[in-house]
Amino acid sequence: MLAEFFLRWPGVDGIIRSVIQGIPVGAVYALIALGFVLTYKTAGVFNLAFGAQAFVAAAVHWELHVWFGWNIVFSAAIAVLVVSPAVGLLLDLTLFRHLRSAPSAARMVTTIGLLVAIPNITKLVMRFERHLKTGGTGGADGLFSDRAVYYPFGDSYPMTRDELVQIAVGLAAVLGLGALFRYSGLGLRMRAVVESTRLAELSGVNSLAVGSFAWALSSAFAGMAGILIAPRFQNVEAQNFFELVIAGVAAAALGGLVSLPKAFAGAIGLGIASTLLPNILQTNSVLARGLNPSLPFVVLFAWVVLAPSLRGRRDVVDPLSGVAPPPPAPASDERSVTLTLMTRIFWAGVGLLLAWSVFAGIDSFWRARVQEMIAMAIIFLSITVMTGMAGQISLCQATFAAIGAFTATQLADQQGVSILAGMLIGALVAAAVGAVLSLPLIRLGGIWLSLATLGFALFFHAVIADLSWVGGGITKPATPRPLIGSIDFAADRAFIVLELAIFAVAATVVVLVRGGTTGRFLAALRGSEIAAASIGISQVRARVTAFALSAGIAGLGGALLASAQGNVNYPRNFGPFVGLFLVVIVVTLGSRTIEGAIQAAFGFVMFQPLILERAAPWLINHVQPFLHVERIPAVFREILFGLGALTYAKHPEGILEFQKRKSLNSIQRRLDRRAARTAPPESPPDASETVTVGGVS
Amino acid sequence: MSILVARAVTKTFAGITALNEVDLDVGDGEIVGLIGPNGAGKTTLFNCLLGMLKPDRGTITFRDHDLAGVPTFRRARLGIGRTFQRVELFSGLTVREHLLVAERAHRGDGRLWKDVVGRGRATVEEQRRAQDTLDLLGLERDADRPVEALSLGRARLVEMGRALMTDPPLLLLDEPSSGLDHHETHELAGVLRQVNAERGSAILLVEHDVAMVRELVTRVFVLDFGTMIASGATAEVFADAAVRKAYLGVVQ
Repeated sequence: MLAEFFLRWPGVDGIIRSVIQGIPVGAVYALIALGFVLTYKTAGVFNLAFGAQAFVAAAVHWELHVWFGWNIVFSAAIAVLVVSPAVGLLLDLTLFRHLRSAPSAARMVTTIGLLVAIPNITKLVMRFERHLKTGGTGGADGLFSDRAVYYPFGDSYPMTRDELVQIAVGLAAVLGLGALFRYSGLGLRMRAVVESTRLAELSGVNSLAVGSFAWALSSAFAGMAGILIAPRFQNVEAQNFFELVIAGVAAAALGGLVSLPKAFAGAIGLGIASTLLPNILQTNSVLARGLNPSLPFVVLFAWVVLAPSLRGRRDVVDPLSGVAPPPPAPASDERSVTLTLMTRIFWAGVGLLLAWSVFAGIDSFWRARVQEMIAMAIIFLSITVMTGMAGQISLCQATFAAIGAFTATQLADQQGVSILAGMLIGALVAAAVGAVLSLPLIRLGGIWLSLATLGFALFFHAVIADLSWVGGGITKPATPRPLIGSIDFAADRAFIVLELAIFAVAATVVVLVRGGTTGRFLAALRGSEIAAASIGISQVRARVTAFALSAGIAGLGGALLASAQGNVNYPRNFGPFVGLFLVVIVVTLGSRTIEGAIQAAFGFVMFQPLILERAAPWLINHVQPFLHVERIPAVFREILFGLGALTYAKHPEGILEFQKRKSLNSIQRRLDRRAARTAPPESPPDASETVTVGGVS
Repeated sequence: MSILVARAVTKTFAGITALNEVDLDVGDGEIVGLIGPNGAGKTTLFNCLLGMLKPDRGTITFRDHDLAGVPTFRRARLGIGRTFQRVELFSGLTVREHLLVAERAHRGDGRLWKDVVGRGRATVEEQRRAQDTLDLLGLERDADRPVEALSLGRARLVEMGRALMTDPPLLLLDEPSSGLDHHETHELAGVLRQVNAERGSAILLVEHDVAMVRELVTRVFVLDFGTMIASGATAEVFADAAVRKAYLGVVQ
């Protein structure tokens, strides 16, 4: 029987035990889900940074309790009641209250930036790494070290005090929050703000204060969840908490993102499923290996894709949001001819310098970086298509790159296919996966698409990447360098030329598509889907095309990267966190242009070895004699780019592009002024002076 | 001969009947008015005609095609153009780009490989057609400005131009004169008459400006609370007591 192959029967007792064990897990998920619903309802922010907030609380608690030996209640209270709300308030005051009229995708990108930056700031500030491994000092132990056991569900089902506390806190949270919304004046004001911020303000509600309260409260929830869940992890690591958030988001999505009781029920259900599944699935069956570790991601993906209540639903829109001024046009649209020419000359110079250094100067370390950078530039081109052209934020571009890399490697290793052909097939496979994946996602609004792609990236990470016919299991197959006739691209310089040629082809395709029909259709869809349909544009076809093209380019870049490095270094290059980081970098450095893709690749590859480890310390040591810096810690890369992404809402073209335009504009003004000064005066000299000044200012 | 025929179209939202057994037809090359107070269901009917909403019951045929289950973009390619009550433009694109994208879209021609081999750019013929429409609507001086920079009146003209670029045998206009001043409304009426005469497009006009309706249309339908309460020649319908009570009484 097929069912027997997958399932086993643990007995009634086993079932009940699993269910009971799942309730406390679900209660912790519920805390996250409730906090998520709270900020989504009151501030309209899809806060993926909850994991980071949970991590901060857990880190503070662990530091105080385990390292400094504080009383557990006291340290937990500091973490949950002081630190967490303070973090929430800080985020609201400095960021989110200024983003109220920003598109919801921009707000979500902001939270991704925080997700990347906050854990690294925490590590830096607390010097957390020195005692990150908590195993020896009670990390794997529960919140309470006395290990007292109780029997509230009968003698055969023991529960630790930890588990009981988790259930109690979860219940208290949902009941308290429900009562707050239903019975208190503050809850009423919150509901008004949810309905329409502006209308609520017109009737005298201080929506900013309400928003701040919601942030502080939800952040406390996240902190509580972080402390409660931490004992389940081997050590206090940011990534574990991120997976906690996915479970919370999945539960919140089950509640349609707005219903507190449904979110609570969803969380409990998810918790129970997570403990029940390992007991009823045959050990080592495909399902046990696949479904179990990826349950929250699968639930999130499936629900987002299938749930009729979410399908086709637009993002939360304030009825009066039309009052807000339209967003500024992207800088690239306003660039004058002279300015474009100047940037081109600048880039030609940079290119020449690079070419010279690659072929004359640099050693193998830097050649490896250059190879990595060009391959990454191709992967970033895929984001130019996805975000710059289609206007959608996909969080699984690194996964598409991984598909290309794995395909090319497996074909070369197992089938003896030429690696160049393997790269092309890898790109096609990635494009096919992208097309299939996009079909159910097309009609979803912006943030739903992002969530579903995140679910896919995590699923790929947890399940697919480990399969022997994908990642190769324990022995990682090598990815060869191409060999065309007598030209062996094993030599770095030859390989760099090949990479540049492939990049040039990919960039040309992107430029042609952007200026062609598909690019115009996508631009129209970005402007108004309903109007685009009214003139005969098929949304499905245009978007699937964009998705497939983007995935294909990412796959090509991934395969090239693997060939450059000799194998598929999945965790370092293609993991889901990397996928998030790619988006963060791109929104910081500009996503709409070819130039932006190159800048992003430079930032991704070169920022750490060139700027943090060499240029910046050199500069610091040479401008002042007091402080000697060897190298700046690598976490600064994540911190700086994470914080850079926070400017996305204000400068969707990328902060670098914005700054570049600013400085180029000032150069332009200076040129104009000089031209006016040296030009022969056409009118009396005293008058021309005033005219010039007036013309400039 | 009727180009568009709607029979017994019914649409309810959560128990509220927005359209109740509505019949409507538009003749080839005819200008027909659809009036009624706010909330009467005019825009809902438009959305049903174009497939943006799915009616609960009833049939809609366009040039003898049954439109049931046909998605919006296919109806547009069949030849129904529309403008929107709340202006829907492609933010970030210029006026000319609006026209060019519409020209390309209605033919349903957009293969990726053509872009890749460099055949995706606008042809001379397409540029010329866009220029004609710009001239017709007097949009020339704004042609290369992004649409965000336009006033509401100009923006409505861009919507109209975008719909005209698809050469629609039937044009659905949803309150084209709202937000326009008296002079602009008068000019718009002239453009509509010209489009109707020169291109032979039939027009279904939703409009609150009674003077404009009287000036343009030969037949008029009156919708009130989702029910078609009157239809017929313009003068007769405006003389009808029920219509005056439901609609004109409010206005005048």
